[in-house]
Amino acid sequence: MAKITINPERCKGCLLCVSFCPKGLIKKSEKLNKKGLNFAEFVLNGECAGCLQCAIICPDCCIEVHK
Amino acid sequence: MEKLFTKTESLYDLPTHYCPGCGHGIAHRLIAEVVDELGIREKTIGIAPVGCAVVAYDYWNFDCSEAAHGRALAVATGIKRVRPHNIVFTYQGDGDLAAIGTNETIHAANRGENLSVVFINNAVYGMTGGQMAPTTLLGQKTSTSIEGRKKEKHGFPLKISEMLALLPGVCYIERVSFHTPAEVLKAKRAIKLAFENQINNLGFSLVEILSPCPTYWGLNPKEALDWTRDIMQKEFPLGRIK
Repeated sequence: MAKITINPERCKGCLLCVSFCPKGLIKKSEKLNKKGLNFAEFVLNGECAGCLQCAIICPDCCIEVHK
Repeated sequence: MEKLFTKTESLYDLPTHYCPGCGHGIAHRLIAEVVDELGIREKTIGIAPVGCAVVAYDYWNFDCSEAAHGRALAVATGIKRVRPHNIVFTYQGDGDLAAIGTNETIHAANRGENLSVVFINNAVYGMTGGQMAPTTLLGQKTSTSIEGRKKEKHGFPLKISEMLALLPGVCYIERVSFHTPAEVLKAKRAIKLAFENQINNLGFSLVEILSPCPTYWGLNPKEALDWTRDIMQKEFPLGRIK
């Protein structure tokens, strides 16, 4: 099963990854990063297929995908 | 664990200064990925524009030069003629390439300079505060067209890619968009083809990208991507122009 890691300090909270994840495995965090933005967060118990859509659309290159 | 996707070598590990949801970040990454896939990092020279991407050279791990506003293609012409074995590309916005730099753009294309151009069309001037650009759509509200662009007063959106396609020195022009991940991959293929054309000495190549500017369109990042698909593509249809 694949897994993504989102760098919370790099994320600007545009949430395009949330819009494009086909399984809805990314959500807006309740916490704030140092910039004061609600960053995107991976839902740990999900079934990520590693389709890369989140990483491809991310404008800030803060998503890494592992398998 | 095996890495399926990570930052490429040609992109520095730095946060960018762009607004959330801005298309420049995607375009920077695609260029860096293309440069690494073609194995040309050591001989690539990028020309940064004036506009939001004025410090693009801070983010790319290859040689870059800055140019005066609109003059990126004139500087690129000089560099390419002196160093013909280097791969030279310019990265320009609509205010840079289609407004103040129209003259340099048209003549570089007409001379058939062996260059690659990445043209970011977001229909406004981003850096200076969202003023009307030549590519602003009819009816679009900006800080200098508060009732929307009117054809009687401001003229029509400038389709510079279609204009350049008429010139015999131009070998490849394509318009792409970022509105879904699949379209981002198509944009990457177009940028790669523009670089390959230069490697094969085929002449002037340009890739126009319809890029979102959520801040000055007054939309959230996802709505801005939908706006490029639903509104902007009516005026600027996607596909290969030449």
